[in-house]
Amino acid sequence: MSPDDFTASHWYAIGRFADFPEGLSRPLRLLSQDIVAVRQGKDVKVTRADGRPCMVQARYGHVWTTLMDKPRALYDMPEFLEEGRRLVTAGAIGVLCSGLRAVENFLDMAHFPFVHTGILGIEEHPEVEKYDVSMDAERDEIWATKCCFFQPMAAATATGGQITEYKYRVPHPYSTILYKTCPIREGAWDLIGLFIQPTEEDACIAHSFVLVFDESNSDTSLLHFQQNIFLQDRMILENQVPRKLPIDPRWEMPTRADASSIAYRRWLKANGVVWGTAKLAEAA
Amino acid sequence: MKLYDYVLSGNCYKIRLFMAFLDLDYEKVGVDFYPGREHKSDSFLAINPLGQLPVLEDNGVVIRDAQAILVYLANRHDPSGQWWPQADHAQFAQVVQWLAFADSITGTSSAARLHDMLGYDLDIVAARAGAHRLFRILDSHLSQQEFEGHHWIAGPSPTIADIACFPYTALAGDGGIDTFYYPAIQRWIHRLTRLPRYHNMPGINVFA
Repeated sequence: MSPDDFTASHWYAIGRFADFPEGLSRPLRLLSQDIVAVRQGKDVKVTRADGRPCMVQARYGHVWTTLMDKPRALYDMPEFLEEGRRLVTAGAIGVLCSGLRAVENFLDMAHFPFVHTGILGIEEHPEVEKYDVSMDAERDEIWATKCCFFQPMAAATATGGQITEYKYRVPHPYSTILYKTCPIREGAWDLIGLFIQPTEEDACIAHSFVLVFDESNSDTSLLHFQQNIFLQDRMILENQVPRKLPIDPRWEMPTRADASSIAYRRWLKANGVVWGTAKLAEAA
Repeated sequence: MKLYDYVLSGNCYKIRLFMAFLDLDYEKVGVDFYPGREHKSDSFLAINPLGQLPVLEDNGVVIRDAQAILVYLANRHDPSGQWWPQADHAQFAQVVQWLAFADSITGTSSAARLHDMLGYDLDIVAARAGAHRLFRILDSHLSQQEFEGHHWIAGPSPTIADIACFPYTALAGDGGIDTFYYPAIQRWIHRLTRLPRYHNMPGINVFA
């Protein structure tokens, strides 16, 4: 199945610049299509299987490409221009599920005490307090705000349990960014984000980053923290059935804690997203 | 003691797990194995010319190879002798044999995991088939042990052979290898995860 227009119209991260060694052609998959990326000096060139070139841009520590000739603009993250932040990119991790599933899981706080036990939650504090979900109509993106959760070790810099406030942003069907209260700088937010490269409808590669104010941890310890969390998620993601994301409201019974997931599924549906979603008929 | 460590490495995990079982304090030195390939950097190759993790440093002694580190820790820090039993010659040989077997599990099951998870370019069909061949042997051995009233790879109590074989067997699912069909392996994983001071690694299903 070829991707619907909305899915096809976006830019997708395919790796970090360092992942493309000079002169080495790397065959990649994007939206069920073969593409080839090769570094030529300061540029990465991407071509389709038939040899036609794809547009490429370098942003947010990653190389992005698109299969469209007139793609939507890639969303802005002004925080990348702020002084004093550190960027750690955590590499590309393959996951056997729809990238939409990976985004949805990222938005979900209810799994923290059970999947990230002792780090992002503890079983004694499983409650998800009411939070706000809104659509930014002008930028066509979703925001979940005032998300508060008890976390024993919210970040690599954290030294004890605390109520952490979160905001989630979904500016792209396959990108999501978490804004988390910075433990060492009042009023500032640390960013953690996922740039998903959907390879197939039910398989993806997750590129991720951490953009934080942090003076005490090495890049490697931030990396290990991030990768450990993501691998805890990976096992859960690979065991979800079906692998594609169900967006028919008749399929599942959501709770109040799922408000951001409901908004995400509605937003996908309103934009005509079909590729990567499960049809009710597949449930049987 | 200083352990050069990568959080997603099953071979590093087996050392962290054994340190926990022996209740030992140590310092972790994080290595950016992926995506940074720091284990292939000049500074790390000076520590281990093989460019592999883990590496243990203790009082000026530098030990590479996960199985060698297990042997060292057991010899030096387990006065009970339970983990590295040497009194019984046959059992001693069994432990050594299964330590070598653990390396083969790394060569197959861990390779499949690197392919599926981190995009390594290798023969995934051969890696998975090789892992299944080893898991059939391990499953049949463990079930034979159960018939003899033993719950562990080499005798009545856990040894470093169990620690050595555990991570990449329990993490096989990460590489698309289903261990559901190896019931004795499943029971052994369950028992190991219930040992005192056990701590988990992402990818291992402790609810199995």
